[in-house]
Amino acid sequence: MTDWQSSATLEMLQLRARLLQKMRAFFHARGMLEVETPVLSQAAVTDPHIESFLTRDQRLNKTYYLHTSPEYAMKRLLAGGSGPVFQLCKVFRMGEAGRLHNPEFTMLEWYRPAFDHHQLMQEVEHFVRHMLEDSLILRPTQYFTYAEVFQRYAGLDVFAAGSQELQQVAKAHAIDVSGLDEAQTESWLDLLMTHVIEPRLPKDCLVFVYDYPAWQAALAKIRDGDPPVAERFELYFNGIELANGFHELNDAGEQRQRFQAECQKRSAAGLPLVPYDERLLAALQSGMPDCAGVALGFDRLLMLAAGKKDIAEVMAFDIARA
Amino acid sequence: MARYSTNEFRSGLKILIDGDPCSIIENEFVKPGKGQAFNRVKIRNLKTGRVLEKTYKSGESVEAADVIDTEMQYLYNDGDAWHFMHPETFEQIAADKNAVGDAAKWLKEQDICTVTLWNGVPISVVPPNHVTLTVVETDPGVRGDTSGGGGKPATCDTGAVVRVPLFIDEGDMIKVDTRTGEYIGRVKDE
Repeated sequence: MTDWQSSATLEMLQLRARLLQKMRAFFHARGMLEVETPVLSQAAVTDPHIESFLTRDQRLNKTYYLHTSPEYAMKRLLAGGSGPVFQLCKVFRMGEAGRLHNPEFTMLEWYRPAFDHHQLMQEVEHFVRHMLEDSLILRPTQYFTYAEVFQRYAGLDVFAAGSQELQQVAKAHAIDVSGLDEAQTESWLDLLMTHVIEPRLPKDCLVFVYDYPAWQAALAKIRDGDPPVAERFELYFNGIELANGFHELNDAGEQRQRFQAECQKRSAAGLPLVPYDERLLAALQSGMPDCAGVALGFDRLLMLAAGKKDIAEVMAFDIARA
Repeated sequence: MARYSTNEFRSGLKILIDGDPCSIIENEFVKPGKGQAFNRVKIRNLKTGRVLEKTYKSGESVEAADVIDTEMQYLYNDGDAWHFMHPETFEQIAADKNAVGDAAKWLKEQDICTVTLWNGVPISVVPPNHVTLTVVETDPGVRGDTSGGGGKPATCDTGAVVRVPLFIDEGDMIKVDTRTGEYIGRVKDE
């Protein structure tokens, strides 16, 4: 048996340790508080595209979900008056395994009271440039709205296109897909995003995509307008998704509706129903400051810094050796 | 019928697509920041050998193809079919032209080949990586030339035409790499 050995080289582990220090120094210099929140939670994420691991306390006969992001707990701290906070932790997502995914991975999240998503994109850019300064030369950062990337790389007016138009674009790019219903407009957009747009995004620079369709808001505020857009952003580098951020929704009533709408989707898709986080809703009810937050895949940042193609190469032990 | 979920996808897995048995060559899990995940796979159709790309919504399941690779000994050709025998069970099977395809020119009696069976029927035959063949026809050798530079075509007993060095004569036995079709060396009489 040789798979007792690390899936990363010693040099890689040293680089990881150096970048961890550098990351902490960046946030400490900005007066941010490092926090740790529980991995085990009585509530789970309701997003129908994310599946939580669950575990049981046999003695108390109680189920706990492993967190898929520390977002809810960090927002409860913000509502309690913590001020700007950051956290580096392991998160867990069932079934996500591949060259860019490991079911257990390291997430860096931070939250900034009084920031909107534009201010936070600036800070994310500074952070990533700082982290990669010794390894990569980055060309000037580019910013596009979600509508712009679809117009530019798929020739689509994303807010007007129906699922038939989306299917035609997929066909024109010779994408042979199985399992998508005609009516699943959102999934067809995800297909075009991953198969057509991501591979065509500008190379060797950070690319921010922002202002997502309202139905892809997740936990972001929706800005009124024609059409209304979600104040959410994604950061890409060479077609790889590195971070996702929101101008955070802090309306308890709307958050509850979104949780329930996701439960309805889970039910319709035959996915297990999971309890949503009443404690987060209570925290929002008591008042969470206007803020922006971001989640960044730390392992992927390391992949970029080291020029690695497989996530297993930047972690001590990938899932196959866990 | 057994089915595989996209979570079980890995290279080498045999699945049924549009009624044809296929083998997964590459499987990539892709997911936008938030939203639907997909498995992007590169697949070889085992009947036609053609490679295609396909995308599955993650969580979908696909019918498994009952495909197995078996090592079998090549016996003889009866004009229509190529006959093989399992070296332990002594079971005999016949493979037709579609299944044998280009492998036919490398098949030598007694050689152990990999025969791919789908529902018990042969759909492809892979010859050994190296085979020893007898040259039955080639231009006369040039005396004194042992450098092998240049070369000439030689027809072998199985019908294969191989580029050989000039010193090779009719009746010589040569070793050939069936994956590239290239001459490896002359085999001295055993």
